[in-house]
Amino acid sequence: MSALRARTAPIENLLGRSTLTRSLGLVIVAGVVLYVVSGQLGAYNQSQLATGLFYFAVLAGLTMLIGSSGQVSLGHGALMALGAYTVVLLVGKEGWALVPALIAAVLVTTAVGIPMGIAASRLRGPYLAGATLAFAVGLPALANQFPVTFGGSNGLIINPPLPPSWLGASFSQEEWWAWICGLAALLVLFLVYNLTRSGLGRSLRAVRDDEIAASLCGLRVPRLQSLAFVISAACAGLGGGLFVVVFQLATPESFPLQLSLALLTGVVVGGLGSLWGAAFGAAVLTLLPGWSNDISNSLSLSQNVQGNLPFAIYGAVLIVVMLVWPSGIVGGLRALAKVVSTNRRRDL
Amino acid sequence: MTTFIDYTLNGISNGAIYAAVALALVLIWRATRIVNFAQGAMLMITTYIALAVTNKTGSYVLGFIVALASGLILGALVERLVMRRVEDGPPLNAVIVALGLYTLFVAVAGMIWSDTPRPYPNAFSILGYKVGGTRLLFAPDDLFIVVVVILIAAALAALFRYTSLGLQMRAAAFKPEVARLLGVRVGRMFTYGWALAAMVGAIAGVLVAPSVFVAPNNFDPILITGFVAAVLGGLDSPPGAVIGALIVGLITSYVSGYEGSALEPLAAFVVLMLVLMVKPTGLFSATKERRV
Repeated sequence: MSALRARTAPIENLLGRSTLTRSLGLVIVAGVVLYVVSGQLGAYNQSQLATGLFYFAVLAGLTMLIGSSGQVSLGHGALMALGAYTVVLLVGKEGWALVPALIAAVLVTTAVGIPMGIAASRLRGPYLAGATLAFAVGLPALANQFPVTFGGSNGLIINPPLPPSWLGASFSQEEWWAWICGLAALLVLFLVYNLTRSGLGRSLRAVRDDEIAASLCGLRVPRLQSLAFVISAACAGLGGGLFVVVFQLATPESFPLQLSLALLTGVVVGGLGSLWGAAFGAAVLTLLPGWSNDISNSLSLSQNVQGNLPFAIYGAVLIVVMLVWPSGIVGGLRALAKVVSTNRRRDL
Repeated sequence: MTTFIDYTLNGISNGAIYAAVALALVLIWRATRIVNFAQGAMLMITTYIALAVTNKTGSYVLGFIVALASGLILGALVERLVMRRVEDGPPLNAVIVALGLYTLFVAVAGMIWSDTPRPYPNAFSILGYKVGGTRLLFAPDDLFIVVVVILIAAALAALFRYTSLGLQMRAAAFKPEVARLLGVRVGRMFTYGWALAAMVGAIAGVLVAPSVFVAPNNFDPILITGFVAAVLGGLDSPPGAVIGALIVGLITSYVSGYEGSALEPLAAFVVLMLVLMVKPTGLFSATKERRV
């Protein structure tokens, strides 16, 4: 028990002893930080913040799936598409309010996640990656196949969600989106934090480390793996719904295979299996494209070079981070912290 | 009936190209347990180089040879300089590095050659054969594609089956520690494996280039389909890769012929799932005892 406690980060230890109070404390601290920060930002940065927050919701689920249960999915971009189309259809065509539509998005992706999770529990490593990759490539085809319902390649749009009037006239819609995404992200944070530290989380890690040993201990391996997949699918569906809040549209091109690959990248580059890693990953996915664009725009280059430099920087950053910090940004920061204060071991 | 024959032959020649890509992926998977997502970008680079040579000299053959040579070199460089460092790490890190390489290669190609698609010459005529008065879609160029891929597959089979080098590569992939004790230069075998795979990929690039045109992103779909084919056949099995690729080629050809090309990726997904639900490690991989 003491070993377990020594392995958790000291910041979280300040927040109390039980997982529940600690997670509540973490959510409150994160909520206050988000509230203060979102008020200070301009409109563009507020929508960037909202983007980062919905990425966090997806990455938190995915890092639990890959980090705790060891299953690799390349199809979570398509699950986001499911959530996004659910919200767009319900809000845009059926006139639903946003919150019930977001809940419906979670329910739909959960429902789709159940058969996928059952199928996924039969597959391992690259075979699961291949199956989910084929799903990510195949699903957007449906939107083109039923253009009347899904709007074809143009997709569907909704009106931008407006802040309620009691927040005042000066309250920007971008800040409102950041609030919505922030609340959802905090909900996911609370959920995943408790799940990964519960008996379920320990069972999942046991399955990841050795399936045979876990099953000999009486754990029902396929059921646990399916469950992890379903939870991460629900997070992806919520993230997809929030995507609509920020961008007010859903098209097949919004959720290409590259998105699924970017999600995997975010999880691994941030630091696999940790919520801090998901947060860093979300920051990388949100900020890196903008920064590399700024860098290439600040240099006077020919058009071909300028247009492609951001991608070159992105690719180079991925390679360098993986070579220098094999356990992602979180692992890298922990290694740095270890160098700074050698008397305090943080090796989780 | 003619349309059915057309779709079948089209499926076979598409399948041949997928087979080359799938073989490249299987070679690397067998050697280093890495799914090389950079393969599509690597064969894009070698195809650009081949195109430059063909345009300069006017010789298709010379371009083809240069594609092979640059594939060998690029594969060896990628393994030696980058992948070597993540081969022993967590498996996902290698995947992310491969994705990073993919992005980097696509960007560099865009910088050098711009994003505008360029035509690539066909090796032979694309006017279909005439059988009993009706002209088929299957042309001498398609026959060339199928023959080239059959030759590669046969050459690889012979390499692994009959040569000392092939045996050493298999040993290094199968049990690196034991192979090293027996005097196999395991690291060098991995480099050879990557070089060979990139060369096979380069051939796929040159073969598919006339129909997709040469642009930085135009080879992504064949990488995806090639990966699906390799998974379908079993990532450990080169014959599985070829057969998986033919199955995927035929099915996508029928579906896009009869139902429209938009459904092609969905059909590939459905077939893959049907196969994996029955055989979770693909059609042809050796069944491993795994009791859970």
